[in-house]
Formats: sequence, C-alpha cells, structure tokens
Amino acid sequence: MTTPLLRVQGLRTWFPIKAGVFRKTVGHVQAVTDVDLEIEAGSTLALVGESGCGKTTVGRSILGLTPSQSGRVEFEGADLRGLSQTAWRPYRRDLQIIFQDPMASLDPRMRVRDSVAEGMRSFGLGRDESERTERVQQLFERVQLDPDHIWRYPHEFSGGQRQRICIARALAVEPKLIVCDEAVSALDVSIQAQILNLLADLQSELGLAYLFITHDLGVVRYLADRVAVMYLGQIVESGPTASIFANPLHPYTRGLLKAVPSIDPHRRGGAPPVEGDVPSPSAPPSGCYFHTRCSDVMEQCRTQAPAVYGEGPQRARCFLADPSGAPR
Amino acid sequence: MESHLISNGIVLVMLFGTAATIWAVRRSRLWSSAFVSLWHRRRLALLVTAVYVGVALLDSVAWVGGDSLGGDTVSLHEARSVIDRVFGGSQEKSYSAPLATTEFYGGRGLRYPGGHWLGTDMIGRDVFYLTLKGARVALLIGGLTSLIAIPLALLFGISAGYFGGRIDDVVFFLMTTLASMPGLLLLIALIMVMGKSTLAVCVALAVTGWVGFCRVSRGETLKLRELEFVSAARALGVSEFQILTRHILPNLMHLVIITFVLMFSGLVLSEAILSWLGIGVDGSWGQMIDQARNELSRDPIVWWNIAASGAALFGLILAVNFVGDALRDVLDPRTVKDEK
Repeated sequence: MTTPLLRVQGLRTWFPIKAGVFRKTVGHVQAVTDVDLEIEAGSTLALVGESGCGKTTVGRSILGLTPSQSGRVEFEGADLRGLSQTAWRPYRRDLQIIFQDPMASLDPRMRVRDSVAEGMRSFGLGRDESERTERVQQLFERVQLDPDHIWRYPHEFSGGQRQRICIARALAVEPKLIVCDEAVSALDVSIQAQILNLLADLQSELGLAYLFITHDLGVVRYLADRVAVMYLGQIVESGPTASIFANPLHPYTRGLLKAVPSIDPHRRGGAPPVEGDVPSPSAPPSGCYFHTRCSDVMEQCRTQAPAVYGEGPQRARCFLADPSGAPR
Repeated sequence: MESHLISNGIVLVMLFGTAATIWAVRRSRLWSSAFVSLWHRRRLALLVTAVYVGVALLDSVAWVGGDSLGGDTVSLHEARSVIDRVFGGSQEKSYSAPLATTEFYGGRGLRYPGGHWLGTDMIGRDVFYLTLKGARVALLIGGLTSLIAIPLALLFGISAGYFGGRIDDVVFFLMTTLASMPGLLLLIALIMVMGKSTLAVCVALAVTGWVGFCRVSRGETLKLRELEFVSAARALGVSEFQILTRHILPNLMHLVIITFVLMFSGLVLSEAILSWLGIGVDGSWGQMIDQARNELSRDPIVWWNIAASGAALFGLILAVNFVGDALRDVLDPRTVKDEK
C-alpha cells in the first residue's frame, strides 16, 4: 500500500489542570487519547462525534495549533508533531484549516482582500501586491463571489459569503489537505448545501483531501469517503462511509445513526438511543469509556479496555467486534 | 536649544501628525465612517474641544521680538507666544472686577479701564489671559501623560495577554502591587522624589495611571488570541510579531482612542487636585483655583478668579467626556458591524 497523505498515530493531547499557588498539575483533561487516522490524497475523512468529544482538538493538534503530548502526525512521511513554528513553516502551505464560526475567522479590521492574500504574502507567492490582488480576484470567482467585492470588510458579507472567503484564503496557498472544522455547522441548511457542493467541486478539480470534522451525519453521508467516530477523545469506530452506515459495529455508532431525525413517522419516537451525559474527560470511566451509557454493556466492559477489533477496512473499539470470542 | 524653539518644533510635528492621521483615516472606510458619525453626534463638544486645542497651540508658538505691549523692556527679549502678544501685557496693580473701570479696593483708576473681561487677580494680572494660558498646561499634562501611560500599558498588556505564562505573572504582579497602593500617596511620593516639574508630574501621573488600561488591553488580547482569525493566520505561517502588529494591535486601536480621551479628562482633574495640595504644575487652572481659595472668604467676595478657572476646567472636561462617550459608541465593533 502507498503511504497515505496524512497518517496520525497514537495522537494524545491532554490539557493539564493546574491548581494551587505553585500551579501544580493535579490532573489532565484527556481531550484526545491515542487517535489513529489515515487520509489518502484527494479523499475525504469525516470525523464525527457529539460536542466535547475532542474532534476539534484533533484538527488543531494535527496543524500544531494546539500542542500535543505524544504520537506521530505524518504528512507525506514526515513527522510534524512537536515541530517548532519555524520547522512547521514549509508544511503550512500544504495543510490548511477552515473554522466553524465565519464571524470570528476573518479579522474585522482587515479588508477581505488582505485576509485572503495573507498566506500568499507570508510565503512570498506572487511577484507583487498587484499580482496578489489579481490572484485574490480569481479566487473570489472560483468560490463564486463577486471579484469586485475584494476591498470590502468582513461585516459587509453574509455568513455563507464569509465562509467562501475563508475557503478562498485556504486555497490561496494551494494546499493538499484542508481541515474543515465544523465548516458548515453555523450556516443555514440551504447555504450549507451550497458550501458543501463548492467543497466537492474543489476536491474533484484540485485533488484536495479533506478532514471533515462534523456532528452532522447527513453531511458525512454526502461528502465523506471514510468515517471515524469519536467518543471521549478516542476513535471508537472507523471505516468506509457506506459500510458504517449499513452495518455499524459499535453501539455508540448505532446510537448516533438512530438519533438522525427521520421524515418516516414509523421510525420516530421511542427511547433516546444513547442516554445520559458524556462523562468528564478529566476522569474517564474505567474499562471501556462508553460502558456508562452503552445499551449492550457486558461485565468485562467495566474493567477491561477493549482493543481495536475488526478485519478489513471497518474497525471498532468494542468487545462485540472481537471475532475471536464475542459472547453473543 | 531654547525651549520656545522646541515647543515650536513640537507644534509643527503635531500638525504634520494630524495631517497624516486624517489622510490615513480617510483611506480606511471603517475609521472615516466612525468619525463622520462622531461629528454628527457631538458637533458642539468637538468644536469646544477644538477651541481649547487651538488656544493651546497658539500659546505654544512663540518667538522673540516685536512690540512691547505693557511698556516693559524685559519682555522685548523674551520669547512670547501668540496668546502673550494678543492678550498679555495689560498689567494692573491689584484686583479689579470684570469690566470694571476702577480698582476693586480703593477705587483708583485702572490703566486699561473696562479692558479686563474677567477682571484681574491680586497682583493685577488679567484673569482672561491667565485662563487662556491654562489651556496649554492642561493639554500638556493630559497629552504627555497619556503618551507615556498608554504605550506602556499596551506593551505590558499585549505581551501579558498574548504570551501568557511567566510574562503574564510578572505583569500581573506589577499591576496588583501598584493597584494596592493608595494612588494619591504614590503620586505625592513620586513627585517628591523627582522634584516639582511638569515632566515629573506627568511621569508620576503616568506611573499611577497605566494599570487600568493595561488590565483592559490584557483582557482584550486574551480574547483576541483565541479567535479563529488568529489561528488562521498562524496556520498560514504568519510570524508571531506580524500577528501582533497586523491583527492584535489594530483590533485594540478603538480601545486606545477611547481610553486616551477618557484618561485625558481624568488627568486634568488629577492635576487640579495636586495643585490644591501644592504640588501641581505652574500656571494650571488647578493652581488658579488653589490661589483663589482665600479670596472666597473676602467680603465683598472676589469670585472671578475661581469662576474663570473653574469654568474653563469644567468646559474642557465636559466636552472631552462627551466626545469620549460618543467615541465609545461609534468605535465599538458591535455597532460598527451593524453599519453598512
């Protein structure tokens, strides 16, 4: 098998909890624990999970925006984790990010032309400012915005338009992988569809790879080639989109899929698929992290942490997926 | 170099600076729309402030020579400002009431009968002239102190908020230490140590005054640092220094301007209090008020000295506060966002 564009192995991002006069570390918020991911060039991996499960931290840790403790983040074979800002610089062009909040992701005091051109300026792309302006205009056309509007300020655009500007800013440095951190969650459904179509078009045209972080399973089914499901900082199941939707192995994935609202009245109602609240990531449960809320909980789940089981592309972190001895 | 030449030079630099600022503001639609709406909201307050600034500037441009108005030869060899030349030189012997033709005590005739709009003080100086002279002192104290305090507060506030950790600890320690001392005592102590000069008063006011804005800028930087456009800039390989100058600082500028205006009026008032304690700056309104203290107990009362200086102080502070208040509304990013 060829090396994937991005391979994340055993990524761990824990935030220390400090207390007392001397700021002693008294514990950790275990935001991300031993996460493995792989993204092929030109493909889309969706990272799903409920809020607070560490999806965003995974994205930020991959880009080095949030420091991580251990593991490997290999981009085209080179380990990026723990590099200094200077050592990171050559890879910044290849890895870009689009954020959730289109209000906060553009500097309100900067004309959008300057925001979009910032990466080009930083990497010295384009001969001079006028050439960069031309390129910004092209990018505006590419993301279906009026190129005459490049001298406006962010507050003069709508949420969807701002998200397009953010896409243009990421595209300006010609990346190979874009982390889309809940990129459409803050938008109207109709505008979501436009942005998703734009992202899909850009992917087929430019061969981009996406790490699509979302909690919206509808978006996942539409856009993703592969899915990774996160719970309390761990990947509990991963595999090709079609097989996960058809045959989820992990009880949590099954619960998530059941929770998708349906227009079919026969599928509505009944008990909520996953009950209770997410346990605190600073004191995760013993054994399997999900055993406190699992509908299929067994005795060994309470004490033993399950490994990742499964043959082929679909794998799950659950004893039920263990082919050698599932008790039922 | 002679002090009046330095003063002339500073006026020239300030005029160029104002021109450059106007040019820069006109280029940025965000700022120019803010100032247009400020003009529509507070036209009178802006005009009053402009009159004060104009008087202070006219009092700062000085040269040697010209006619001697009071007929005294010493003034021929001194640098005298525009205000000195137009309003100065009408010296009397003692008190006279506004527009009076005779002296207040004794009823002897005046040298300039009816020529003193606001009367004269104990040693016969024209009160209107002294009040005009006070404008320069007030603006000097407010301006110079802000010029020391605000950059200091910005530097400490931004570095503490942005870099955090040890730097934040040190800055926070400094701030809480200064804040825990009674401000007036610290002021007096600093002026005693540095000696009684305009610069010493300004430095002392700056040292006690930077903490408030430092706390504000630190908090705002903490908020801005976590915003996604800063993360996006970092992901685009923009250096920390450029993030500070291109993203953090411009987003603090509205606070700088609001703080400058509001701090300014507070500083002028503080100087009046210091004058009252006898450690103020020579020629300030505060000193005029201080000297007029005993006059209030005279019978018939000598009221024009304290009335003139008090009204001048009141007018400046009221106008500046009105402008500052409107600035806060106009420059608040939340209101800027709603404007099209």
